[in-house]
Amino acid sequence: MKTLYDKVWKSHIVHEEAGQPALMYVDLHLIHEVTSPQAFEGLRVAGRKVRQAGRTFATVDHAIPTLNRNLPFKDPIAAQQVEKLRENCKEFGVKLYDLDRIEQGIIHVFGPEQGLTQPGMTIVCGDSHTSTHGAFGALAFGIGTSEVEHVLATQTLQQSPAKNFLIRVDGKLPYGVTAKDIILGIINEIGTGGATGHVIEYAGSAIESLSIEGRMTVCNMSIEAGAKAGLIAPDEKTFEYLKGRPFAPKGEDWNRAVAYWGTLPTDAGAAYDKTVAIDAGDLEPYVTWGTSPEMSVKISESVPDISDARDASQRETNERAFAYMGLEPSQKIDEIGIDVAFIGSCTNSRIEDLREAARVANGYHVNSGVKAMIVPGSMQIKKQAEDEGLAKIFIDAGFEWRDAGCSMCLAMNDDVLADGERCASTSNRNFEGRQGRGGRTHLVSPMMAAAAAITGHFVDVRDWKFRD
Amino acid sequence: MNKFVVHSGSCVPLMRENIDTDQIIPKQFLKRIERSGYGEFLFYDWRFAADGTPTADFVLNDPRYAGASILIAGANFACGSSREHAPWSLMDHGFRVIIAPSFADIFYNNSLKNGLLPITLDAADVAYLGEAVSADPNFTLTVDLENCTVTDGAAFTRSFKIDKFRRHCLLNGLDDIGMTLQHEATITDYETRLASTGRFVLA
Repeated sequence: MKTLYDKVWKSHIVHEEAGQPALMYVDLHLIHEVTSPQAFEGLRVAGRKVRQAGRTFATVDHAIPTLNRNLPFKDPIAAQQVEKLRENCKEFGVKLYDLDRIEQGIIHVFGPEQGLTQPGMTIVCGDSHTSTHGAFGALAFGIGTSEVEHVLATQTLQQSPAKNFLIRVDGKLPYGVTAKDIILGIINEIGTGGATGHVIEYAGSAIESLSIEGRMTVCNMSIEAGAKAGLIAPDEKTFEYLKGRPFAPKGEDWNRAVAYWGTLPTDAGAAYDKTVAIDAGDLEPYVTWGTSPEMSVKISESVPDISDARDASQRETNERAFAYMGLEPSQKIDEIGIDVAFIGSCTNSRIEDLREAARVANGYHVNSGVKAMIVPGSMQIKKQAEDEGLAKIFIDAGFEWRDAGCSMCLAMNDDVLADGERCASTSNRNFEGRQGRGGRTHLVSPMMAAAAAITGHFVDVRDWKFRD
Repeated sequence: MNKFVVHSGSCVPLMRENIDTDQIIPKQFLKRIERSGYGEFLFYDWRFAADGTPTADFVLNDPRYAGASILIAGANFACGSSREHAPWSLMDHGFRVIIAPSFADIFYNNSLKNGLLPITLDAADVAYLGEAVSADPNFTLTVDLENCTVTDGAAFTRSFKIDKFRRHCLLNGLDDIGMTLQHEATITDYETRLASTGRFVLA
């Protein structure tokens, strides 16, 4: 009896020897401009080639502007980095989806959209949010640049097995509670180091009820609980999502693939090293208040009291977070005003996220004190949103409508919070300075971010008066 | 990779929990395409005010800790982003060892591939070291990877655990890729078997 993780792991072992990590085969290697240049340079110095250029796919996302992509970059160092990726891809024969391509987008949006991400695969990328692809039942995780070089040269990684961690979320999700709230609730429960050394498998009726895009949102933030990866068993929804995508199997290959994918889910009675159960009915929209993704509260709650801390170390950490965030202990969430709303990132920039945000924004206008921006996850999503009329709703409501990229999630480009600015953000990290030095990030769902953009402060989206 | 056998050095205490890699090396420095030269950007937003002047109250700016090569830190050190620029910047700044109650997985891996040694000790021991260093900035530790021990040469000696294979690589400064390529024929066999299943064809 094996878990989904055990099955994918075992089927990818190339070589095993006592006292050494196993060699794990990599089916798909995704690369981007920021964590690859030093890896290609390493190959060049050692006179090595990319072993499987056909399993290596590149796009640009982290450092690129989300406005005026046709013009020269304002930032010469970012321009050099993108140019280096172009040179490297050309020299080593790697397919690059550059700024002029409709497929270009955030690497973790791009892979699934193109059908590259498939159940049972191993997928790596020099980016911690590679866990996103686990939504398809693929073993997907982030690696450092030395490992990027290792995969380029050998198509394998030296790996030791992880432990199995089952997180069940059962029951019906309450109205207004999204995939983002499920994962924020889970991280709140287990902590940012709660899954270190483990691969999480998310299961239960609330997880099954999610769309593939919702499942990607959940798996995306597995790393925020310290997990090696996050996985969800593939099912009919997974197959439906994949069918017909450019790199998905076709014809007889498709039938064979579906038959294989059907063997992947965890066997009944398989053992996990750790299990947590969460009742979906207990969840509410979440808002982070501090500088770690575990520092969150339900919208109906207040930010914690200092005396709630479990020990001196946590009290000090919380005090530092309060000071950085400019909040008072016990402050009510709906009293917190915002300056910026950011809807985007590999966590929440897909078409369903934009539909939810547009439904909230429809017929309203962004608050006069708020700068709000929508950054689609790929240029295809941007086009789809324009075709569906979502872009018009956003633009009419006063949101800025940008091109695809990582943008203000990590603020490597021009989309940066100013010192002291407070942001309702659909991204994944509320670390100090993440969105700009002195910037204050509150992680929320797309609906919650859109509602905060309109009212100028956090509100309970479950009370929203929709105008559609 | 740099070899690591024995290292003695003074320490600096940074006892916060969940220090993330965004703090260790902020994103504005990730646009460079080199592997070296990140030391001056280490903990940049904590070390420097917005105008670039050093912050007086940050421990790495405290002259008493100048030249420290062992960082004592809180739990879940280096969580978040996978950026290998984190170990690069720590090493370029002069650190060879990080001691904490726990580390995030990706950082732990990245460090070992660069000859930076992350050592996990019990929270109480790490707290003790933090206090010892705060009380005496000249407090020195010796880390012996051959024997897996950390000692101050007096009252404090602890052994630590590290994967045997990783220890072997560090002690000998071995190149991972070179080792893996010794199995190239096995990789080719795997690829032949994979092709015969028709799985994961990306065309």
